[in-house]
Amino acid sequence: MSAVLFFIAAIGVIAGAVGVVVMRNPFFSVLALVCHLIFLAVLFLLLRAEFVAAVQVVVYAGAVMVLYVFVVAYVGGEGESIGERLHGVGNRSRPPGGGSALRVGGAAVGGALLVELMIALLGTGLEATGGDGAPYSPGPRTYGTPAFIGKLLLTRFLLAFELASFLLLIAAVGGVVLARRRGGLEEDDDRAALTPLDLLRPRGTGTTAEGVGRMTLGAGDGGGGGGGGVASGYRS
Amino acid sequence: MSIDWYLAVSAIVFSLGALGVMTRRNPLVVLLCLELMLNGANLALIAFSRMWGNGDGQILAIVVMTVAACEVCIGLGMIVALYRRRLPIDVDELRELQG
Repeated sequence: MSAVLFFIAAIGVIAGAVGVVVMRNPFFSVLALVCHLIFLAVLFLLLRAEFVAAVQVVVYAGAVMVLYVFVVAYVGGEGESIGERLHGVGNRSRPPGGGSALRVGGAAVGGALLVELMIALLGTGLEATGGDGAPYSPGPRTYGTPAFIGKLLLTRFLLAFELASFLLLIAAVGGVVLARRRGGLEEDDDRAALTPLDLLRPRGTGTTAEGVGRMTLGAGDGGGGGGGGVASGYRS
Repeated sequence: MSIDWYLAVSAIVFSLGALGVMTRRNPLVVLLCLELMLNGANLALIAFSRMWGNGDGQILAIVVMTVAACEVCIGLGMIVALYRRRLPIDVDELRELQG
């Protein structure tokens, strides 16, 4: 039963990975990656990592992939298949020095990497990797359960946990700064409507109104506060 | 199933991801292939964790997922910024940093 499930999941994982690489449309690549992630969660379950499998499905296949789908729908992007990349067909402006030879070289390096990894992981004949792993007995607090992971995260790996949360905060701030609209919206009439709050608030505080280019005081004059100057400086 | 099989699957997934990173030119797909590589590493980590019977590999896998989420956040933000500035969504044509 375990072996059958393993082979089904492994085939799903590899098929999903191939789909990500060869699909012409980025949208289908994202869908293939979702399929890949769900089958990968099955493999994690077979390895008794229940909590990680649940996190994989909920966070990765759920939240992160929704972000991808949004950006693919927003940006679009023309399709391209790996076949014509490898043969150098259908390129409008080929950069100098980079050609289909580079693509073939990339494929060769990928194949060499696979061979090398296989040798490193399997060819060494380590005895421990040949077995089924450590003994396992089901229970409410045994290996892989949320209680087990939570205890490890809050005791032995507390520093890694805190650093990861700090990294997430930095990434969130960076994402907001990167995706901010810099050009501003069209001119409209209610821009001049000032509220008393605008007079109290200094410039460059990072409000949503500033983010969309709707400066509070003297919009578009370019001078004055730092926030106004930065936002209008990026106007393209 | 023995741990070997999981390691083989993880090596295949990692190599496919590396192949995609090197051959595709849409930055969205390059990011997706980076996810593939991280997932291959995650599978190996969890297989080794199962081999030893302690949770260190699982914790590392969760941290890798966190880093992957940060990478997606910044990468997609950059792609949206590229799109807003009407730059080509193509890693071959974005060559200004090559000098």
